[in-house]
Amino acid sequence: MHRIDCPWCGVRDEAEFSYRGDATVKRPPADGGAEGFYAYVYDRTNPKGWHVEWWHHVAGCRQFLKVVRHTVTHEIRSVAKATDEVAAPPA
Amino acid sequence: MTQTHRLAQGGRIDRSRTLSFTFDGRRYEGHPGDTLASALLASGERLVGRSFKHHRPRGIVTAGPEEPCALVELRSGARREPNTRATVAEIYDGLEATSQNRWPSLAFDVSAINQLVGRFLPAGFYYKTFMWPASFWEKVYEPIIRRAAGLGRAAMAPDPDEYESMHAHCDVLVVGSGAAGLAAARAAGAAGARVIVADQDFELGGGLLLEPEQEPWRQGMLAALSGMPEVRLLPRTTVFGFYEHDVLGAVERVADHLPVPPEHGVRQRVWTIRARQTVLATGSTERPIAFPNNDRPGVMLASAAMTYVRRFGARPGERAVFFANNDIAYDAAFALHHAGVSVAAIIDVRKKDSKRAAAAADRGIAVKLGSVISDVKGGRNVHGVSFRTANGSVERVLDADLLCVSGGWNPAVHLQSHTRARPIWNNDLAAFLPGKPVQAERSAGSAAGVFGIAHCATDGAKAGREAAAALGFRDGAAFELPAPDAEVDPRVKPFWEVKAKGKAFVDLQNDVTADDIRLAHREGYTHIEHAKRYTTHSMATDQGRFSGILGTAVLAEARGETIETVGVPTFRPYVTPVTWGAMAGRHAGHHLQPVRRSPLHPWHVRNHGIFLETGLWMRPLYYSATRETGWDPILKEARAVRQAVGICDVSTLGKIDIQGRDAGILLDRLYTNTFSTLAVGKARYGLMLREDGIMFDDGTTSRLSEHRYLMTTTTAKAAEVLAHMEFYHQTVWPELDVRYCTVTDQWAQMSVAGPKTRLALQGCVEGLDLSNEAFPFMGVCDATVAGCPVRLYRVSFSGEMAYEVATPAGYGERVWEAILAAGRPHGILPYGLEALGLLRIEKGHVAGPELNGQTTARDLGFEKMLKKKGDYVGRVNAERPALVAPDRPRLVGIRAVDPSFEKRLRGGAHIVDRPDSKASLGWATSITRSVELERWLGLAMIRNGPERIGQRLYATYPLKNEVVEIEVCSPHHVDPENLRVRA
Amino acid sequence: MSRYSVFRLFREGLRNQTGWTRAWRAPEPKPAYDVIIIGGGGHGLASAYYLAREQGITNVAVLERGQIGLGNVGRNTTIVRSNYLFPENNLFYEKSLQLWEGLEQDLNFNVMMSQRGVINLYHSDSQRDAYARRGNSMRLNGIDAELLDRDQVRALVPVLDFDNARFPIHGGLIQRRGGTARHDAVAWGLARGADRLGVDIIQNCEVTGIRRDGGRVVGVETTRGYIAAPKIGIAVAGHTSQVAAMAGIRLPIESHVLQAFVSEAVKPVLDHVVTFGAGHFYISQSDKGGLVFGGGLDGYNSFAQRGTLPEAEHVINEGVALMPLLSRLRVLRQWAGVMDMTFDGTPLICKTPVQGLYINGGWCYGGFKAVPGSGWCFAHTVAKDEPHPFNAAMTIERFRDGAMVDEKGAGPFPWLQ
Repeated sequence: MHRIDCPWCGVRDEAEFSYRGDATVKRPPADGGAEGFYAYVYDRTNPKGWHVEWWHHVAGCRQFLKVVRHTVTHEIRSVAKATDEVAAPPA
Repeated sequence: MTQTHRLAQGGRIDRSRTLSFTFDGRRYEGHPGDTLASALLASGERLVGRSFKHHRPRGIVTAGPEEPCALVELRSGARREPNTRATVAEIYDGLEATSQNRWPSLAFDVSAINQLVGRFLPAGFYYKTFMWPASFWEKVYEPIIRRAAGLGRAAMAPDPDEYESMHAHCDVLVVGSGAAGLAAARAAGAAGARVIVADQDFELGGGLLLEPEQEPWRQGMLAALSGMPEVRLLPRTTVFGFYEHDVLGAVERVADHLPVPPEHGVRQRVWTIRARQTVLATGSTERPIAFPNNDRPGVMLASAAMTYVRRFGARPGERAVFFANNDIAYDAAFALHHAGVSVAAIIDVRKKDSKRAAAAADRGIAVKLGSVISDVKGGRNVHGVSFRTANGSVERVLDADLLCVSGGWNPAVHLQSHTRARPIWNNDLAAFLPGKPVQAERSAGSAAGVFGIAHCATDGAKAGREAAAALGFRDGAAFELPAPDAEVDPRVKPFWEVKAKGKAFVDLQNDVTADDIRLAHREGYTHIEHAKRYTTHSMATDQGRFSGILGTAVLAEARGETIETVGVPTFRPYVTPVTWGAMAGRHAGHHLQPVRRSPLHPWHVRNHGIFLETGLWMRPLYYSATRETGWDPILKEARAVRQAVGICDVSTLGKIDIQGRDAGILLDRLYTNTFSTLAVGKARYGLMLREDGIMFDDGTTSRLSEHRYLMTTTTAKAAEVLAHMEFYHQTVWPELDVRYCTVTDQWAQMSVAGPKTRLALQGCVEGLDLSNEAFPFMGVCDATVAGCPVRLYRVSFSGEMAYEVATPAGYGERVWEAILAAGRPHGILPYGLEALGLLRIEKGHVAGPELNGQTTARDLGFEKMLKKKGDYVGRVNAERPALVAPDRPRLVGIRAVDPSFEKRLRGGAHIVDRPDSKASLGWATSITRSVELERWLGLAMIRNGPERIGQRLYATYPLKNEVVEIEVCSPHHVDPENLRVRA
Repeated sequence: MSRYSVFRLFREGLRNQTGWTRAWRAPEPKPAYDVIIIGGGGHGLASAYYLAREQGITNVAVLERGQIGLGNVGRNTTIVRSNYLFPENNLFYEKSLQLWEGLEQDLNFNVMMSQRGVINLYHSDSQRDAYARRGNSMRLNGIDAELLDRDQVRALVPVLDFDNARFPIHGGLIQRRGGTARHDAVAWGLARGADRLGVDIIQNCEVTGIRRDGGRVVGVETTRGYIAAPKIGIAVAGHTSQVAAMAGIRLPIESHVLQAFVSEAVKPVLDHVVTFGAGHFYISQSDKGGLVFGGGLDGYNSFAQRGTLPEAEHVINEGVALMPLLSRLRVLRQWAGVMDMTFDGTPLICKTPVQGLYINGGWCYGGFKAVPGSGWCFAHTVAKDEPHPFNAAMTIERFRDGAMVDEKGAGPFPWLQ
């Protein structure tokens, strides 16, 4: 039961959020081509370790948050706003 | 039955009151403070069950929740509860208990015949047989095995009791209320921490309950804790799981000790506890030793015998023999002796004379050093034991009706193990101790391998202080610790099995013997997890808490490795099994999911709406005062719309208010078509794709002003569309100046449709020219109805002239009734979901069955809505080759050739070109009985569909052996030129 | 290693079980094999078995980093069925079901296959129609399916809540040939069967690298040394991304945690497998009497094999709503596995861009029922370097092509599949 420190709402329980997967994939510009848009939707690293991912605070501020979380220990290292740059976590 | 084995005095029971209960129909007596087990023992009853496989007689072997044998059905009727541990069940007046897994009776169980062929039924035997003839497994063998399966019987009626769940946050959770737990709680509480103390027992005190001279200290501690406002004491509360992020689950047996829960009270309560720090003062449980016939009723743990004597004032036997490898067991022998039970001998595995042997001799108890029990005499009741020296051959027999066994103590590390901490083997105690904590916890007391009340209290106080200090609390006032008792040496000589002729059990409930473990090893199932699964050792209701370590020890010896290397099977929740009902809490029956109601719901109820319960919304399917079923009420409503006017509640559609300079741009990027060019006061139908190019949702979006739009979505996808919008705006195009929020619940919205709609609305809409010239199709205007502000959208789902009337939710019923009154002279009828569906299918509008997450815009005939210029979600991936392949199933209309009602078309039928063909060309998505064409018709996805218009094909429905001839046609069965909507 | 039979049981009973020997050998790995299968779970063992039995390739090693059968094959809820919608799936699962039907004879190991019927409940007309589309598709493809109305469901499973439900039961789609099998037994039976045919099962052997020479594989680095092979099949669901990455391959897979549960054993109350249509819940009763059940994913990428309490409460809640008599029974144990979730819910049994390297993974909820079929198809794919028609659609390329096989229509969101 993760606790996510929402930048706007404070520390909240996982139950207030909805998951939206890998946040490192970037939507290509409009002329990005078939391969770019394929990768945006389907190509995933699926790390066993630190993962940068989207959590949507649906029961709170309705903002998407960029969370760095470990996929084995479930430790949360950082929570950032959608537009913040997040440093690549250690491998 | 009289209490033949009740001690004249002693115990914590309330002898001033007598309770009466039944077991297998026989009446017994006991006292408040008794468990079912103690009360049965006090009446001399020992046979309480039968084992799973061999149906061997089973008695009471422990005094706690780890009990593997004394499982009974408690209560009867709808409250019957199988597999209840008699050692934990508190008796109340009128309690009914029944033994399990035996027929016709406990004393004479026919299935005990299994024992005669026991040698042919070793572990895993069923994997090697029951295979011939091939058909017999399912028809003959399995049904027999299934009938023999399980122990107790479930109640066959719904549970009348209620449950609830609570959430609690604390600084320090203390699990266990023995000396260590009470001291930890007091230390943490004194430091100012918020503390919860949970103990599965109905009395707090743990091992203190067996030490009368510690009673003043125990009571003093409880009084102090009760006086601390930030300390919560939870007896009868088992902490069953330690989850990540320092969440623990616990179940409180609020009313299980009462005949029925109090009115409006709950039976059990599940606690979700967020503890910043946890102290595991869970104690340790004694473990047995394996030897031939160690499962006979009358064989029990030494500490259990002591508990029955000291705590419950019950004599578990008249003449006891003890079998032990440690000093602590001697305390139990002395306790029994002191209570007047004759203790014939202590058979001590250890060769060296320990100081305790002298104390035993003082009491006239013989001590046989370097000796082992080699057999137990008696089937349903122990009447003697035989023993010999460890390697000797000469066996001597002792009369005894009680054999008390102690193989040492296992610290209760289960909760810690849930956190992935790895227990560490300790050679002195020959047991696993808690390992390095992974989460915010520490163990204290005998759970940490500390023995002796005074030592445990000291250890607990330290743990409590440290837990509080870790959170920044400063040490509080000191308190008195219990007087040190006589030093007790907890060390054991590791001893696990006596090798002798006969079945030596390592799992009493599942009838797993030491030989079974060796067999598993021989066959290569030598990893502890394989051995466990192969033999079912540790898979019974106690999950190995009682004797799991014995299996490991036998396996380790077979492998020639240490117990530490072999390990024990992984401990997982639940430490003690938890009732389903408690985990479900309040969400029983109708409360499984919340209910969402339209603002017009009360009107629907008053006017005989028949409701659909799917998803969260309650929506009227149709209206019928007589609750008629079938198509008649639906056809009547649909006809009213086609011929006159109808009104339908469409409030559940998603509505999103979008504002900002870049609102139009965002819409252009979400929809396949263009909205930035939409004129103010106009509505437009739009399609949204997922990023993978598949159709996501459709809706009508209106421009209310230069920088304001109102989007509608389907009911089902409303939340997803909003999330989709938020995702793309916030993570892809955050530079867009736009805001949006859901207004679904804020508006009541009703669709007024039919050729007489304008006439009806002219009777109630104020401040608006409703003529076609002033207010054409796809326009949006504000007005007033019955003094309430309304907005009219001239959009049509039904294919008739129609306006959707939206008003703030609170005005919904008033506006609805005003429209009804104005429409009455024109024959207005309310219509529900079924008629709405019929009409839209006739018209050829797509909905959920067509937008099923597998179809593309092209599949549905919407190529023209895919704008050529400008990016939008899904644009690129929609062009992937398989998604634009020409032979994909595409949307068409289908009509039954034979118009009769009986030859039904059904949704889910497949389309084939010959009645007997198995090659599916597609399927029928939405089918209805038509009012315009008076036949079955609808929509279908068919390969090369549009090219097949005019063809005769077949709708095949093998599930009902139906084949119906159809004609392929345009999906727009009614008014394909859209004359009616533009009228 | 000799055959199992009641006669052997009788003989060994007289001999105090002393004549039983190892069910499968524990050989040292050879320096090279014709085929290496990475992963000693159900799919890996089945692939090795069918390579030997059907494809005549016996110089095979199964490399398992721990002990065989303790991953997802030992953690699932044991349901076996072939009631899928698309022919790309239902023909494959039906092949698997047919193999299940003969498996114990084939393996000489009782996998306790119980074809007691799988009932998918529906709770509305539109859900009925969607199930009918699936059931009709099954029937057109020669697979058994029946549509039951409410009364017919009630006659089969009277203990369900028909009177007070939040989402009333309208009926069900039943596949009578579906049911359950004993998960450990099939892993052990396949291991024993493969071993008898000459396959080496190497436990405690973790693959740490895949060696390539140009565009083809040549062998694997392991904790027990380098082992060469011209053909390598990856069958490590849960860690497919990690092992594939050793060969530089990226996949449309995310790993998620799925919980499973068992109740205390009680006398029989449920004779079918039942799935709830207004939530995500499925339940059956094992031959030992425990009710085995589960629900949906916890919902985020995880390799933890450990689920949360709220999700457990949610699953158990749906169970009580479905079968009220469960309320006074007790849940005994909960555990979890790590699931390969693909972006359309359909697995991967295919070649890769690297010559000689093949992938079997992405099983989502389909893994256990697919064990024999997956092994059979993967063996074919590896042996012939071409997929069989039954797994022809289960490629990595299907996502680039737009040829998703998305039964639920949930879209490219693995946690929703």
